[in-house]
Amino acid sequence: MKTILFIIQKEFKQIFRNKSMLPILFVMPFIQLIILPFAADYEIKNIRLTIVDMDQSVLSRQLNSHFQASPFFNVSYTLTPEEAEALIQHNDSDLYLEIPPRFEYRLLKEQRASLHLSIDAINGSKAGVSQAYVQSIVRDFNKEVIAEWVPQLQPRALAAIGQPVDITYQNWFNPDLDYNTFMVPGILVLLITMIAGFLSGMNIVKEKEIGTIEQINVTPIKKYQFVIGKLLPFWLLGLMELAIGMVLGKIIFDIPFVGSISLVFAFASVYLLLILGVGLLISTFSNTQQQSMFLTWFFMVIFILMSGLFTPIESMPHWAQVLTWFNPIAYFVDVIRLVMLKGSGWVDIKQTFFQILAFAIAVNGLAVWNYRKRS
Amino acid sequence: MNQAIWAESLTKKFGSFTAVDAISFEVGQGEIFGFLGANGAGKTTAMRMLSGLSFPTSGKARVAGFDVYKQPDQIKRHIGYMSQKFSLYEDLTVQENIRFFGGIYGLSLKEIRTKTAQLLEELDLEWIAKTQVRSLPLGWKQKLAFSVSQVHTPSIVFLDEPTGGVDPITRRQFWEMIYRAADRGVTVFVTTHYMDEAEYCDRISIMVDGQIAAMGTPEELKRDNNVPSINELFVQLARHTSSK
Repeated sequence: MKTILFIIQKEFKQIFRNKSMLPILFVMPFIQLIILPFAADYEIKNIRLTIVDMDQSVLSRQLNSHFQASPFFNVSYTLTPEEAEALIQHNDSDLYLEIPPRFEYRLLKEQRASLHLSIDAINGSKAGVSQAYVQSIVRDFNKEVIAEWVPQLQPRALAAIGQPVDITYQNWFNPDLDYNTFMVPGILVLLITMIAGFLSGMNIVKEKEIGTIEQINVTPIKKYQFVIGKLLPFWLLGLMELAIGMVLGKIIFDIPFVGSISLVFAFASVYLLLILGVGLLISTFSNTQQQSMFLTWFFMVIFILMSGLFTPIESMPHWAQVLTWFNPIAYFVDVIRLVMLKGSGWVDIKQTFFQILAFAIAVNGLAVWNYRKRS
Repeated sequence: MNQAIWAESLTKKFGSFTAVDAISFEVGQGEIFGFLGANGAGKTTAMRMLSGLSFPTSGKARVAGFDVYKQPDQIKRHIGYMSQKFSLYEDLTVQENIRFFGGIYGLSLKEIRTKTAQLLEELDLEWIAKTQVRSLPLGWKQKLAFSVSQVHTPSIVFLDEPTGGVDPITRRQFWEMIYRAADRGVTVFVTTHYMDEAEYCDRISIMVDGQIAAMGTPEELKRDNNVPSINELFVQLARHTSSK
């Protein structure tokens, strides 16, 4: 035990004397947390809509004003569909809505009229979202027209026209559909994963690279003492990063903390054991910091992209979903969102907790076994 | 038993290459044993096997009375080791290095304090005890490394080219330190390239291509081979194999 304390003391001294380590520890988290949530925002705004109003009637203007009032569209006008099409061709517009002549007349006389929508669908999801927005605005407009212009028909005729079922939405756990609320907890996970994974792996390899490990290996120190002494400082730093990140998340993004913070930390402490174990395992396979960096990077990219942080795991192909069973980041992203945003308790995350614990024991066991004091 | 080190047919192979080829020798307690050889002759490999850093491929060896296969931890408790490459922590101070290695050898805090004071005084480094090791000149670093290798008062120290790249004055001071250690009864197992240093040893062995080509006191070796200096003998032995 005393031996371990001597190693921990030495590690902390070295970490705080390392000019490149300090910025990584204290500046990187701030920057990541402040920039990434804004960049990783999937909300589609500022859609460039061109309206070709060939009716120029009261009703068509009323429809126009609905689009202008929407926060999602930047509206411009052309006189002909050809012009609007040219705008899309030159990537000056994302979609155009054609209001045909006699739109008002038909709507009032025949009680039905059609609109034409052309969308640039290179970015499929953006096209889909734009279409949904347009439809929702047209639906609102429909209701308004019915209420305003056909009051005498109410209520029986209204039923005949077919009053659409009105769906009202209530978004649980993230009522304002705020992307920061969704992203920040996930980014916190990335942050402590990178700190713990990269730094712990590189730290041990550094001793190999500069040769100091030889002087350690010639002492009667036990493998487990060395490994614990090496990893514990990064375990503490990881938890500290998480705390800093949470405070920042609260201050900057006003992230709700619905669930128990201590539960998040309890999970994080087991999760960090696993990540440190991965770093350690990588370091036993590498002889230089460069090798260790590349190996860690390889796993990090895969783990991050397949973590469900940016894209939902449910929409991945089956084989990819199977791979995520072995992805620690995916588990923690899931858990931190559940606990922080939904208020899930111990019972809900218990199973994941023990899974991660089992992984941690397996990976660390493998790493210690593979770490050799003697060649 | 007054044998500090005993080896019989100790062999290390890396694939088909035999780095150390069945060497047998003994070193008595308190002896200064010089281990000479050209680069790549197998000196470091032999030393690494004896200090528990490397598994022998075959052969037997006991260090401080302990078996190299079965009792590496016991051996490590009783030996000090100074590698060819400087391997103290450059970003720790002189004092912190002594403290750290004292700590992992299991010294108590009180012992560490006493030992630190004693080593700093011997080295005459009290005035820069709180300086990071990176800023010390090489010679001082080597002397510090030698002292740190003995922080746990081992009975045997292994020194791998301790004076490589060090100026003549510091080399002399270094050898004075070796003598002082030997006077305290410490066995010193030292590899070197400097033939004048070989003459300071009680006994030497010259390794050529993984084998011990000559062994004995410097005087015996010079007399038996009829050469004026160890340097001459070394060149003869080395040339003999390279022309083979």
